[in-house]
Amino acid sequence: MNTNGRIEVKNLNFYYGNYQALKNVSMTVEPHQIVAMIGPSGCGKSTLIRIFNRMCDLIPSTRVEGKVLIDGKDIYTKDTDVVSLRRKVGMVFQKSTPFPKSIYDNVAYGLKIIGIKDHRVLNETVEKCLRRSALWDEVKDHLGKSALSLSGGQQQRLCIARAIAVDPEIILMDEPCSALDPIATARIEELMAALKDEYTIVIVTHNMQQAARVSDKTAFLMHGQLIEYNKTTDFFTNPSNKITEDYITGRFG
Amino acid sequence: MSRHDTSDLIFRRVLAAFPITVLIIVAGIFFELVYSSLPSLHKFGIGFLYHSIWNPVEENFGALPFIYGTCVTSLVALLLAIPIGVGAAIYLVEYAPVKVSRVISTLVDLLAAIPSVIYGLWGIFVLVPFMRNVVQPFLGKYFGFLPLFQGPNYGIGMLAASVMLAIIIVPFIISVSREVIAAVPFVYKESAYALGATRWEALSNIVLSYGKAGILGAVILALGRAIGEVMAVTMIIGNDPKIALSLFSPGYTLASVIANEFAEADFPMYLSALIEIALVLFLVAIIVNILARLLIWSVTGAQSAEAVK
Ligand SMILES: Nc1ncnc2c1ncn2[C@@H]1O[C@H](COP(=O)(O)OP(=O)(O)OP(=O)(O)O)[C@@H](O)[C@H]1O
Ligand SMILES: [Mg+2]
Repeated sequence: MNTNGRIEVKNLNFYYGNYQALKNVSMTVEPHQIVAMIGPSGCGKSTLIRIFNRMCDLIPSTRVEGKVLIDGKDIYTKDTDVVSLRRKVGMVFQKSTPFPKSIYDNVAYGLKIIGIKDHRVLNETVEKCLRRSALWDEVKDHLGKSALSLSGGQQQRLCIARAIAVDPEIILMDEPCSALDPIATARIEELMAALKDEYTIVIVTHNMQQAARVSDKTAFLMHGQLIEYNKTTDFFTNPSNKITEDYITGRFG
Repeated sequence: MSRHDTSDLIFRRVLAAFPITVLIIVAGIFFELVYSSLPSLHKFGIGFLYHSIWNPVEENFGALPFIYGTCVTSLVALLLAIPIGVGAAIYLVEYAPVKVSRVISTLVDLLAAIPSVIYGLWGIFVLVPFMRNVVQPFLGKYFGFLPLFQGPNYGIGMLAASVMLAIIIVPFIISVSREVIAAVPFVYKESAYALGATRWEALSNIVLSYGKAGILGAVILALGRAIGEVMAVTMIIGNDPKIALSLFSPGYTLASVIANEFAEADFPMYLSALIEIALVLFLVAIIVNILARLLIWSVTGAQSAEAVK
């Protein structure tokens, strides 16, 4: 088991223009853990995980202060290679985003763009990733079909297969199940448990049962501040902060 | 039947009348063209399409030079306009600063509103001398081994007309492609970036494959415009009904010959032949549209329908 995939956040502030979306956040995500992020809408969960793969760079006039280290390396230096950082830190979005290509080409996309053409390598990787994302049995007979013909849950698993095909260390998931029914959700949750051996996973969710079921640690954000970050069992049974307790018992929105 | 059903029904009937009217008008035009060109149809038969003599004095009429001129100029115009138009659209949406993009986009939309006779004048005074003094000598010198770029250099001719057409249709392609590209949901681009795609990769294989159908639609519109363009082409193509491989040589198009010679068609067979030219133009336009649509379907398959959702 490799020990890469550690995220360290130190005194992080983040601004959209003049608006401060994250305030002095510090936390460490250990390799091969699943960390859940919860908190009310607009508290900065998506913003925080988008800082981990520098997806926030795509929005103009944003600013990052503080340090974010991945495997001990600062990812906000001038000479950070953003493209290879993003291959190391994969991402799955709320809405599944299959490309208008075949199932096969979706999974192979990340390999093809770095120039891998060897069909044996591609075939093996596609099969391995589809198996890992528990989609293989459903699609193995029609890999050439358009990815858009899959169901929502299948599309989301395809996006996970596509993300792991580039061999990341960390996978960020932003509400990956919010558009799925309970059965499809359960499959993604099983999948996360299985992927934990190889990847560090950070998942944003609005569903507290889900956070409790899948994660090792849970982080609670509010108004851009990290209120509590603790082992999931302790977090839900014995929160150390009054605000956390109010939130998880549903005393406010 | 409730009140709602009745009003619904009336509304539906009224609305249905509009497309039906359009169909009737189109069919009416078609029959009128066929009817008026009957003398010519009888005399020349199918040979009208492949005979290359156009001689009003001897009452000998063949449409091939015009079909050739229309196809060549439209095609060359597309070859020039597609990369420029799509490239400009990509630049405006993805790379240009917002302010620059807004100003240029407005200007481009204005270009589409310029009457083509003004393009024609500009063509005579600026484009033709430029072709004669700069572009064609250059092409002749470095690509003269191709039959396309040989022969006397007048400036006027099919190449000048093609460039003119390209200039006329580029704004079309830019505006539609710009909207198509801007309409691709941002999260698809993000997904490509998240897999380590560079900006160019995200654009060329994700954004453009989403926008394919829409951009092709723009190209079809542009092609229709190019095939039907009269004024600007007539002013600089040279209006000579001959078929020459060289793009430097003068030519003639279906639309131009109708506009030019209609007033002088002083005997019935001449008039009838011109109307048959119009019929051919009508059919060429329709066939090109059908072919382009088939192309869109084959390129995008069933995907585009879902991608648009
Ligand atoms: N592109 C942006 N420009 C300006 N402000 C933004 C932008 N994106 C987010 N914000 C603001 O930053 C704050 C945090 O947003 P973020 O998307 O991280 O919230 P979230 O916790 O993911 O919410 P949700 O649960 O609704 O997804 C919000 O107040 C939001 O209005
Ligand atoms: Mg969010």
